[in-house]
Amino acid sequence: MSRADPPPVTARGLVIEWPRIVLPIATLALGVLVWDLVVRIKNIPPFILPGPGLVAATLLSDWGLLWDSLLVTLATTFEGLALALAGGVGLAILFNQSRLIENSLYPYAVILQVTPVVAVAPLLLIYLPQQAAVLACAWIVAFFPILANTTLGLNSVDRNLVDLFEIYGASRIAVLLRLKLPAALPYVLGGLKIAGGLSLIGAVVAEIAAGSAGAGSGLAYRIAESSYRLNIPRMFAALILLSIAGIAIFLALSLLSYLALRRWHESAIASER
Amino acid sequence: MGKIAGDVSANHHAATGDFAHPTSAQLIEIDSRNSLMPPSATSAPVVTLQGVAKRFANGTLALDQFDLRIRNGEFLSLLGPSGCGKSTALRLIAGLGEPTRGGISWAGATRSGRRNGLDVGFVFQEPTLMPWATVFRNVMLPLKLQGVVEYGAATKRVVEALERVGLASFRDAYPRELSGGMKMRVSIARALVTDPPLLLMDEPFAALDEITRFKLNNDLLELWRAVGHTVIFVTHSVFESVYLSSRIVVMTPRPGRVFAELTVDAPYPRDESFRTSAEYARHCRIVSQALSRAMGDVS
Repeated sequence: MSRADPPPVTARGLVIEWPRIVLPIATLALGVLVWDLVVRIKNIPPFILPGPGLVAATLLSDWGLLWDSLLVTLATTFEGLALALAGGVGLAILFNQSRLIENSLYPYAVILQVTPVVAVAPLLLIYLPQQAAVLACAWIVAFFPILANTTLGLNSVDRNLVDLFEIYGASRIAVLLRLKLPAALPYVLGGLKIAGGLSLIGAVVAEIAAGSAGAGSGLAYRIAESSYRLNIPRMFAALILLSIAGIAIFLALSLLSYLALRRWHESAIASER
Repeated sequence: MGKIAGDVSANHHAATGDFAHPTSAQLIEIDSRNSLMPPSATSAPVVTLQGVAKRFANGTLALDQFDLRIRNGEFLSLLGPSGCGKSTALRLIAGLGEPTRGGISWAGATRSGRRNGLDVGFVFQEPTLMPWATVFRNVMLPLKLQGVVEYGAATKRVVEALERVGLASFRDAYPRELSGGMKMRVSIARALVTDPPLLLMDEPFAALDEITRFKLNNDLLELWRAVGHTVIFVTHSVFESVYLSSRIVVMTPRPGRVFAELTVDAPYPRDESFRTSAEYARHCRIVSQALSRAMGDVS
């Protein structure tokens, strides 16, 4: 028997084709151009709509302030994400091991998810120190997709493999570690990709809510603060930084998912047609 | 039991009527209490099923009054239509699930009820490999689960098992990189790695193309002759069962019970010339007739 040629393995989404790079950039350039023209032709004052040049200039001149605020928001986001990963996976494992715990707690996990975090944030700010409240908001919105996806993954194990483990007398812990968790990994990573963006949203929402309390220093706090001062160019600059941060988080988590799954999971392998 | 045994033996006598000419395969008296041992079978049964019934939670009676003695070293096929309880019987023998009625005793079992002391290898209809693990780690799994801690010894056994199925050079490949037939070979290597006295195979080649299936049939027979374990092979293919088996148990549709036991006394080794021989065709005809009678087809 000759060695079968493995199908050509390329990274889906990581192979960079020029239309996928050039087209969005062209769209962006066009949008910025229209924005600039509208501001110039209509002679719109900067406290209503600043032009792209002014926003870029503000981004540079306020860089020190905005960068420090970005780091604060990113720290909250990643702490929230890490706690969400631990909490989501941990709770999913508990649910998987015990029907009793699942039936007792799952409805409340759902309630936590469906209650809008904007409405919860002000309450949390009353009962928790500000930094803890912001972190709690990031955690609340980020943990559910990880919990739901991990639960799905742990329950999607090949029945025959479960039987195989039983035939060899595997312990519960061996089934969990050697079978269920590896089988759930693609689902966990899928949940993490969603949770990354949500964690940023949770942090921003809480910072905005806390903003009126006046003690924050995150990027969303800068937006709220600039809004009170009618510093519209800085609002735009902070908003752009937040968007870039969100995109960077998504790309980083996609890369992590690809690296973890590239050898075996279909999601990380593009087939050649 | 009396009534059922009567029914079956009535069928059985009707069947023997057709086979008046001496044939090399013979219907064996099916009453397991005094079943005739073919000369090749030796000593005590490896597994004995007595009056086994299995009813699932949804009410389906998959097996009823199922009696079977599996003899040491034989290649036994359970043959029957889909849904006749063959797989259920195999899973009970593997210790997966409990019979609703009746008993199963395993050679070497220290207490009744569980499959203690008797190692089995199980090959599913699908390769059932862990996609996240290499071929080597898939075959290593049973040793890990059974607590074989000495890595050097375990590695040696995995390499040996892979050599037996001709996949030694694929140890670092992932399952998705292999063809269907190769995945099934890995699955067989995994079942063999603990060196079990009993190998259970649940329609392992049903999903493969005919060329691959014939090749794996030959390789399986070679393995069986080299290793000397007992094999229980579930299939719905008359041709596959005759080619492989020393004994064929034909089962009735739901609820599954033993309709006839047939000995295929063509000598091993069997190869492609056996597959095209008149003797093979004759065996197949006899088994086919038994199967259609088992399904209640009186024509």
